[in-house]
Amino acid sequence: MEPGAMDWMAWTWQTASFFGFIAAMLVVMTVWELRAPGGNPRRGVLGIDTTRGDRLFVSLLAAAFVHLLWLAFIGMPLWPATLVSVAVAVLIFRYV
Amino acid sequence: MSGRTPNQKAWWLVLPVVVLVAFNAVIPLMTVVNYSVQETFGDNQFFFEGVTWFEQILHSSRFHDALQRQLLFTAIILAIEIPLGVAIALAMPKRGAWASVCLVLMAMPLLIPWNVVGAMWNIFALPDIGLLGHSLNALGFDYNFTRQPFSAWSTLIAMDVWHWTSLVVLLAYAGLSSIPDAFYQAAKIDGASAWAVFRYIQLPKMKRVLMIAVLLRFMDSFMIYTEAIVLTGGGPGNATSLLSIDLVKIALGQFDLGPAAAMSLIYFLIILLLSWVFYAVMTRDEAH
Repeated sequence: MEPGAMDWMAWTWQTASFFGFIAAMLVVMTVWELRAPGGNPRRGVLGIDTTRGDRLFVSLLAAAFVHLLWLAFIGMPLWPATLVSVAVAVLIFRYV
Repeated sequence: MSGRTPNQKAWWLVLPVVVLVAFNAVIPLMTVVNYSVQETFGDNQFFFEGVTWFEQILHSSRFHDALQRQLLFTAIILAIEIPLGVAIALAMPKRGAWASVCLVLMAMPLLIPWNVVGAMWNIFALPDIGLLGHSLNALGFDYNFTRQPFSAWSTLIAMDVWHWTSLVVLLAYAGLSSIPDAFYQAAKIDGASAWAVFRYIQLPKMKRVLMIAVLLRFMDSFMIYTEAIVLTGGGPGNATSLLSIDLVKIALGQFDLGPAAAMSLIYFLIILLLSWVFYAVMTRDEAH
């Protein structure tokens, strides 16, 4: 690839690591699925049927909104919002 | 579960879809994420800004107003289109030549390109020469959708109802057609009223298609752009500047790519969240 061919996508290391994290999550989920097939479906506290993939989706969506709400009502720095998101994700994987 | 599926070659058949989705969704979305944390003055030069644009959009009263207008618009059209669509589907003949005639008539608005719908309603509603606008004024109503916010909103909602109720009708009609006659016969033997037939037979049988109708109408109305921009252009003032119209003003009018990217991501997340909530609530009732 010639230098500058990807310039239009305007990558930064921050966004690259963000997408790297998402990709890593998908790889982990794939490995998990191969180890324990079936997705562990169940009905949790929300009363809806979820599999592992659904719980990851809800966790990521929740993380996005935790960060947005933190930014809207509290402001910088954002790392406490990340901690809250991780805690929320653990709860979602445990109980939803 | 024991052992693996012996032939995994079928996975290759998924490849075209993966490529398509990558090019029309994933890569543009990644680019938007990249733009949302940077400032650009053109010439492909970008400067890292962190979450500044997100902070700016979240605190901008312009975004709050557009979001409120968008939520109001979507709530109004859902409240009108879903019950109206179900009512029309119930009133349509179930078989015979008239059933086909009704179906074709119902499908017509869906076949018209969106910008044409906007242009049609624009001309139709013009206060001086349009049939609707002229008639309303002749009847003594003070109607001018290019000047009065209320008139603009009413016209926008009437246009959306005209354009999209058919979709709900067709979906509800498909749901109704799938109910076997035996259900109606049993209801007749039990002496069920028309309301009871609707409440305990037709509505539960239509639930799945109605769920799809609500989701489709919710997402589409939340993303409405073409018809609204052709009809009112977001005016008068900012009265009908819905989220997508405001977004295009920021991105293409002012060429503020960073704030526009941050706004599109927030917009996207709101649609994703609300769609998921709709879906969860509706499938939850079904599971019980």
